[in-house]
Amino acid sequence: MLNKKTKPERLIDDRGLRIDGRRPDELRPIRMEVGVLDKADGSAYIEQGKNKILAAVYGPREAHPRHVALPDRANIRCRYHMAPFSTEERRSPAPSRRDMELSKVIREAVEPAIFSKYFPRTTIDIFIEILQADGGTRSAGITGVSLALADAGVPMRDLVVACAAGKVDGQVVVDLCDEEDKLGEADLPVAMIPSSNAITLVQMDGDLSPDEFEKALSMAVDGCKKIHEMQNEALKRKYLLIKEAVEEKMEPKEGE
Amino acid sequence: MSSTKQPAIAKIEAKTIIDLIASNRRMDERTPTDYRELKIEVGVIEKANGSAKVHLGKTKILVGVKVELGDPFPDTPEDGILTVNAELVPLASPSFEPGPPDENSIELARVVDRGIRESKAIDLKKLCIEPGKKVFVVFVDVYVLDHDGNLIDASALGALAAILNAKMRDYEIKDNEVIYKEGLIPLPIQNYPIATTMGKIGSSLVIDPSLKEEQAMTARLTVTIEKNGHICAMQMAGLGELSIDELKKAVEMAVTKSSEMRARVMEAAK
Amino acid sequence: MILSEVVEKKRLVVPGEQLAEGDYLPGENTYKIDGKVYASRVGLVDFSGNRVYVVPVKGGYMPLVDDPVIGRIADIGMSGWTVDIGAPYPAMLPSSETFGPRQPFARTDLSKVFDVGDLVLARVISFDRTRDPLLTAKDPGLGRASSGRLMRISPAKIPRLIGRKGSMISMLKGETNCQIAVGQNGIVLISGHSPFEENLAMAAVSMIEREAHTHGLTDRIREMIDKSRKSGNVEQKDQT
Repeated sequence: MLNKKTKPERLIDDRGLRIDGRRPDELRPIRMEVGVLDKADGSAYIEQGKNKILAAVYGPREAHPRHVALPDRANIRCRYHMAPFSTEERRSPAPSRRDMELSKVIREAVEPAIFSKYFPRTTIDIFIEILQADGGTRSAGITGVSLALADAGVPMRDLVVACAAGKVDGQVVVDLCDEEDKLGEADLPVAMIPSSNAITLVQMDGDLSPDEFEKALSMAVDGCKKIHEMQNEALKRKYLLIKEAVEEKMEPKEGE
Repeated sequence: MSSTKQPAIAKIEAKTIIDLIASNRRMDERTPTDYRELKIEVGVIEKANGSAKVHLGKTKILVGVKVELGDPFPDTPEDGILTVNAELVPLASPSFEPGPPDENSIELARVVDRGIRESKAIDLKKLCIEPGKKVFVVFVDVYVLDHDGNLIDASALGALAAILNAKMRDYEIKDNEVIYKEGLIPLPIQNYPIATTMGKIGSSLVIDPSLKEEQAMTARLTVTIEKNGHICAMQMAGLGELSIDELKKAVEMAVTKSSEMRARVMEAAK
Repeated sequence: MILSEVVEKKRLVVPGEQLAEGDYLPGENTYKIDGKVYASRVGLVDFSGNRVYVVPVKGGYMPLVDDPVIGRIADIGMSGWTVDIGAPYPAMLPSSETFGPRQPFARTDLSKVFDVGDLVLARVISFDRTRDPLLTAKDPGLGRASSGRLMRISPAKIPRLIGRKGSMISMLKGETNCQIAVGQNGIVLISGHSPFEENLAMAAVSMIEREAHTHGLTDRIREMIDKSRKSGNVEQKDQT
């Protein structure tokens, strides 16, 4: 209840710019940080536009209860959840049907990259908490989860990265914000394994012609590649900082 | 004791903690009355009316405040509504499980609530729009993100900072309807409750127990002090015992310590 | 056979990053597909002949046969104890692998040997991923630890703490006058004659954990210990 909510007349203006000033192929500003929690085995924090998302991993760890253990690989579990204050209207903390569906698709997006056969009879628990939501949380969530898995030392083929594209005011655009998602004509989140160009998640709702779909898919894949660069950089930054800080202390000081 | 299901501590570790405290030392070089390093940042969730992030040592809490319209309770038709909820989300600790709030998360919410409610920190009468029909509801949602002990104090500090930070749309009431005006106004705040939690370890009381200290303590006591130095809430937990002297001493420690912490919150919420 | 380009030694790599192409063998924390070797974990890449592997910067403990470990008794069963060694699998210590009762006794008898919460020094005698690790506490020096200061460090740093042929840990024990038991699972138990020396040993262990990947560490540790003994205070360098 902070802002007057009036529907914008148009989502793309005369100059071809979107309601937040972006061009159709422009991603929102993204910030990633790895290893932000103490208790979790791995964690990452990601901001994408106004999205604020915390991802954490526990595991591989002993399976509880015992019966969820699989004999030949790790049981990967995922829980997507939104904080009550994350949306315009406060929401109940109890998991919704949407939360449960997203938990499943996110798990299925990242699991193909995990070498789960290395850890039979264990569980790897993935948690995503949406602290503030503004459209595209499942994509940003997948991107953050990959970082958290890498931070936890879970062996993977590659990082998984996700990006959505869609259609607003008849134009195909990348990385829809909340308003564009609600008022636009299509939303297409895509997750992929960058090194093999393999797609591990695709969902779509709305209306797209086959041509529009191809254009949107191509935009989403381009977005994924850009975001993957940022994932690499965030991971290296975390560990290089530690390495550099230590090496700096090794420089002999004057007069010592 | 542990306030929540935690991986158990080795006997040797508990012994080290108890021995150190007997000579007035703690594992992280603190004195028995020191808090860990405290960082409070407000306004971190723009979509919420108010918010605060608290780091107390390695414990991390996020509190969000939302203000919405609702129906008053039948027995208090002229009062706005305050409701405090706490989530011990599974990513915060290896032993938090997904599911409905358990007794620990409910106790946490109710202790934080008691501090705000009993000190009348929010003047609920000022949140009435039409008696018996329409009031403002203030939702305070405590989100525990990383559990390294003393969730209560961290949550209470965050809750106070968040309600101080909260802004709502300015309004006037015409014919029992809310007419919004330009601009934002703060919540009607008139008190600043501060919770001080102590753990009994061996025969000493220590302020702000860390997770390991919680695993070695036998009892926990929280004393909430409002701005005039009066006690507005207390909560004892655990299977241990406190002597009358210990209880009196604890209240003294809380009165002293709470003014310091109150200043920290006021500074952060500016 | 021509060996193609490889990344330089000790470079920080992330999962999915290509490390080498051609006649290379995929070592630990790597995998090979279509003639190319990739990293599967975050770490520093290194080579041993034509085997390329990654030393992880972080990570939990996976038991190896013959590893000395230090664990906490988590439960008492019919014929032994469940031991928490910080691995993804709980470890089992059968009563036949201690000098206590050999027959399955009532729980109270086993608890007289090791009770829940006790710390035990043990060795892994068997483990494959289809079965939980099995421990023994029969070797000399193994068994219940009744006192000391407990530290937890990253298992990835234990080799550095031990040093080549045990050189680092011997130096530490000598310089601090402490008994130091080291578990491959990242647990370190320190027992000294004075709290000051115990704190000194703990500071040294923390320093090794922080600076494991650097050169000249042994000298800096000695220096820190000397400085501390002279001043009577444990001289920790600033932590960033």
